[in-house]
Parts: sequence; C-alpha cells; structure tokens
Amino acid sequence: MFDFLIDPVQLANVLGTALRLSIPLIFAAMGGLLCERSGVFNIALEGQILFGAFGAAVGAFYFGSAYGGLVIAIAFGAASGLLLAVLGITLRVNQIVVGIAIILFATGFTSFMSRLLFPGGGNSLKLDGFSNIDIPLLSDIPILGPVLFSQNGLVYVAIFSVFAVHFVLFRTRVGMSIRAVGESPAAADAAGIHVFALRYACVIIGSSLAALGGAYLVLTQVLLFSDNISAGKGFIALAAIVLGRWQPSIAFMACLLFGLFDAVQLRMQFDQPDIPYQVFAALPYLVAILALVGLMGQANPPSSVGRPYDREMR
Amino acid sequence: MSSETLTDARTSRLLTVIRVIYMLKTVWAVIVALLIGAIFILLAGGDPIEGYTALFKGAFLDYWGIGDTLVRMSPLLLAGLAVIIPLRAGLFNIGAEGQIYIGALFATIAALYLPGFLPGWIRIILCMMAGALGGGMWAAIPGLLKAYRGTNEIITSLLLSYVAIYLIGAVLHAWLIEPGAPYPYSREIDKSLELPIFMPRTQAHVGIMVAWAAAILVAVMLWRTTLGQAIQVVGHNKHASSYAGLSVKRLTVLSFAMGGAMGGLAGTFEVLGLKYRLFDHFSPGYGMQGIIVAFLAALNPIGAIFAAIFLAGLQVGAGSMQRATGIDTTMVAALQGLVVLCVAVGLAFKFHPDRWRRRIAAWRGNE
Repeated sequence: MFDFLIDPVQLANVLGTALRLSIPLIFAAMGGLLCERSGVFNIALEGQILFGAFGAAVGAFYFGSAYGGLVIAIAFGAASGLLLAVLGITLRVNQIVVGIAIILFATGFTSFMSRLLFPGGGNSLKLDGFSNIDIPLLSDIPILGPVLFSQNGLVYVAIFSVFAVHFVLFRTRVGMSIRAVGESPAAADAAGIHVFALRYACVIIGSSLAALGGAYLVLTQVLLFSDNISAGKGFIALAAIVLGRWQPSIAFMACLLFGLFDAVQLRMQFDQPDIPYQVFAALPYLVAILALVGLMGQANPPSSVGRPYDREMR
Repeated sequence: MSSETLTDARTSRLLTVIRVIYMLKTVWAVIVALLIGAIFILLAGGDPIEGYTALFKGAFLDYWGIGDTLVRMSPLLLAGLAVIIPLRAGLFNIGAEGQIYIGALFATIAALYLPGFLPGWIRIILCMMAGALGGGMWAAIPGLLKAYRGTNEIITSLLLSYVAIYLIGAVLHAWLIEPGAPYPYSREIDKSLELPIFMPRTQAHVGIMVAWAAAILVAVMLWRTTLGQAIQVVGHNKHASSYAGLSVKRLTVLSFAMGGAMGGLAGTFEVLGLKYRLFDHFSPGYGMQGIIVAFLAALNPIGAIFAAIFLAGLQVGAGSMQRATGIDTTMVAALQGLVVLCVAVGLAFKFHPDRWRRRIAAWRGNE
C-alpha cells in the first residue's frame, strides 16, 4: 500500500503533488492569519477562495490572459474583505455571522453568475493559465528538482507570502501595531494607533490573499470554474491557523502537512481500486480534525479576535 | 391636558411605530434582497416582475406547487432547528449537512434490517429514532471536542460534514448498494415503511407535520423547561452560568446533540417520505441552507417554520421562473445568499429607545 514511499521517483511525485495541493491552503491560511492577528475573525476564507476562483475565471475568460484573471480575483477578494470589514468592524455585527453570510452568498452568487457569463456554466472552459517556471540550477537537481523547483509563479508567490506575513508581523513597526490591535485595541488606540484603519487594511489584504488561493486553483490546476470548487479548503486553512498557533511559519508547515495527506490519499485511491475511494477522500478532513484535537497544550488566539472594537465602550 | 403630556404621548406613539419598524427588519432585509435579486434577473435578460410572479405563483398558488414547497420545507426547517438549538447556547453548528447524511444512513439501515414481523408504524417510529440518534451522535462529536478540548466547533462541525458525505458513499458502495445500480443508491425500503401522504396526488408526507411538531417542541423546550433556560443562559454568558452552577460542558454537548437529532430527522424523512432509498449526495446543501433559515427566523423555532416555507418556496418556484422567463434556477441560490447577507446587515440596526427619544426631541425643537 505504501510502495510509493520507497521508490524515489514516485515519492518525489507525491511530494510535488503535496506542494501543489497545499498552495491554496497556504494562501488562505496566511490571509486568515493576518486578519486574526489584527483581531478580526475571518471565517469567510472558504467563500473568498470561491470568489477568487470565480474572479480568476472571469478575468482569464474576458481578458484572455492569466494576469487578467489574477487582477479580477484580487478585486473580488478585496471586495469581500471590504464587506467583512464594514459589517464586522464598523457596524459591529457578529463576525462569525458575517463570515457565514459571505460564504453562503459566494456559493449562490458564483454558481448563478458562472452560468450567466460562461458558455456551459464554466465547466467546459479552457482558460489560459500560468505555465511552470524553472528555477535555474535548482530545477536541474535529479528527481526532486523538477517537482519542487519547476512550478508555476503562484507557487513561489504563496511561499513568498509566508515570509512576507512573518516579516511584516514580527519585524516591522506596522506589524507590532497590528499585533497590539489584535491583543488590546483599547490600549493600542490610547497609544495613538489607528485601530480601524489597520483592521480594514489587514482584512482587505488578507481576503485578497485568500482569493489568490482560488485563483491558483483555476489558473494553474483545472483551467475551468465549477460550483463549490473550494470544497472545504477554507476551513482546513482555518484549522492550519489554529494548529500553527497564529505563527505564519508553523501554519505554513500545517498546510504542507494537510497537502501531503491529500497527495497520499489521492495516490492510495489510485493504487487501491478495490477499496471505495471515499475512504481515502475523507482522510484530509479527518486529519485536520484529529490534528486540531491532538493539539498539545493551549492554543491561544489573539485575545480580542472576533470582538469588534467600540470606542465608546473603552 | 397640558401641552407637555400631549407631546409625551405623541413621542411614545412615535417610538412604538419606530420599534415596530425595527422589529420587522427581517422583512426589510428580504425585500432589499428581492430588489437586488431583480437586478440579477435584469442582468440575465429577464423581466423581474414576470420572473418573481412566476416564482411565487409556482410555489404558493398552485396545488402541486404547495405540495412541493411543503416537501422542501421539511428538511430546511429541521436543518434550521439543528442550527438554532446550539446557537441558543452560543455554539455554531455549521455541519448540519453531515448530521442529515448520518441520520439518513441510520434510518436506512433500520428500515432495511428491522425484523419484518413488527407492524409498519412501529418500524417507522424506530427508524425515526435511529435517524435522530445517528444525527445526534454525529453532532455530539464537535460538542464533545468543544466541551473537553476547547476545539473550535465551527471548523470541526463543518469538516465532519465532508467526512459524513464520504462515509455514506463508502457504506453505500461496500454494503447497502442496490445490485446493478448505475449510481450509488441503496435497496428500496419496504412499502409499509413509506410515510403516508396527506395531500393526495402530491409527495407531501406526514414527516412535514412531524417537522412542525418538532419546531413547536423545540420552542417549548427553549422557553418552558429548565433545560432550555439553562441553554440560553449559557448562550448569554458562559462564565456567569458556570458560577451559577450550570454544567457548561454538559449543556454544550447536549445542545449540539439535540440539534444533530433534528438534522438526523431531516435525513430520515428524505428516505422514508420522499426517495424510499438512500442516495449518494442526496442533499442539495440543506445543512447550509438551515443556517439561512435560522438567521431569517432570528433563532425563533416558530419563526423557522415561516422562514423554511419561504426558502422552500423560492427553491420550488425557481423551476416555474425558469420555465416562464428562461432564467436559470441558480438565480435562487444567489437570492438566498443575498437574503442571508441582508439579514446580517440588519443585525447592525438595534433599537435604542433613548437615542430615538433624543432624536425626536431634537426634531421637535427644530419645528
């Protein structure tokens, strides 16, 4: 059953698949992490991946280029972030309720609009996607090189986003302010930090990042749009954030782990045709749950996450 | 009467009117959603008035349409209750979909394997109990994890839905599948287990009435029993309720399990009342739509009956709208999303009598 672990070529293949499958999770987890660090619970990641996927398909279809898709995907992500920010930060509606509302809206809106805009509802599209970029020297490494260092540009962007989020949060003044706002907005406000502006910025940028996860799915993996293409990835990303204890680097590793399990189960579906494929397909979801349950010690979210700040209640 | 008391009386009358306007905010939200939906219909090249007329006529003004709407209402209402009970305790159950599937699985197994010498009605009741038990146990998992490990119930309940759907697929594939079936579905249940139909020539089965009864029972439970009161106290303030001697852990698990039982019943009736088999992927997202029902009803179980009828009507009427105007039925999916979004916006508007009193005084001063 686990023969592929021994054969180096097959193993490299599985690892490459794992990396590819973890990219949407990485985008969404980094986006969600940024929001949560600023004190806003973004449970809408699932919907934002869907918006991003839809936006990418619209852009690539009408502009005829993958970059057009990227722009529209980011626009959709930013718009959904703005919606979350206005409702959850300014109007102080329960952020979980807003998040669920955005997911439900994204589901309905994208399935209707895709039938309106695309011939055949988006299922039969053949969009222009991104092709793979070989990193010189590294991609020449036998076996591992081609799978790990000959990926499309968005893979490198995702990995860069991990460093970027980490750097901004922990190595810059803005990052310190973001974390302060997430822990104690009243104190941060008293210190002259613009709580609302920072939260708006984090939510809009974070939501755009999550949308890139959807754009990646459409522009590099399937080159079409289908209903509910996000398939729970937003929630697995949420699990990765908790598992990563709100640290970008650990959350990144959690995403890789979930991607690896997904790759392994796909491989096992292929290798074990006698066992119902559903047994394997359920594995990534089960692993995410078990990882959350088995989490050792306390996982403390930023202490004001999910609580809208009200200046009058100081 | 002095002019001052007259002004006071006018002010309080005006305040009552404003209070009623606030109370009806769900209605405003639905109206706004329908108006934005009209733009969608225009975008799709249809006539909104013609479209909506066809939709509501098809759902509510036609004998068979009413039958279909009621059939749709049953799982939506039960899924709504599955969300409402835990949310009253401050817990988000967004995995009703999985509970529906597990309930349907348990009910199907009971229907196929209960000994045939038992009278049909006893077996039907046992099937319902099995379905409720299955859904309840599945929902108890996120409840237990929340209570004893502090695991986020939103994430676990949703991820468990995916596990449940795949589990049904695997069980169907390996065990319950009808031999030679082109698509995974189970063997047919016994004729004597099919729920009686109360509207002749439609599919409206008695499960619909059980769903109504369940909504009333949930309302009684929430407002007239100590258990319900305890659940709501926990929903308001966890720390205070543990000081007051309530077991927050027990209530967390219990409210989740009770919600899951409702979801399980929804799945049960899809098998016993409608399809007479367990189909792979039989639910078109009733679990998530239950969240819309719960929000629309402002977490009121009785209100959920009307919310579920409205939502079911939209879904049934979508077909009539498509036939009349050619607008795709997924327009209703977008409309449902708009409804829940508008309801969420509505939550931002809370009635503050004092603020309004001051505002009214200011207006009076300007006159």
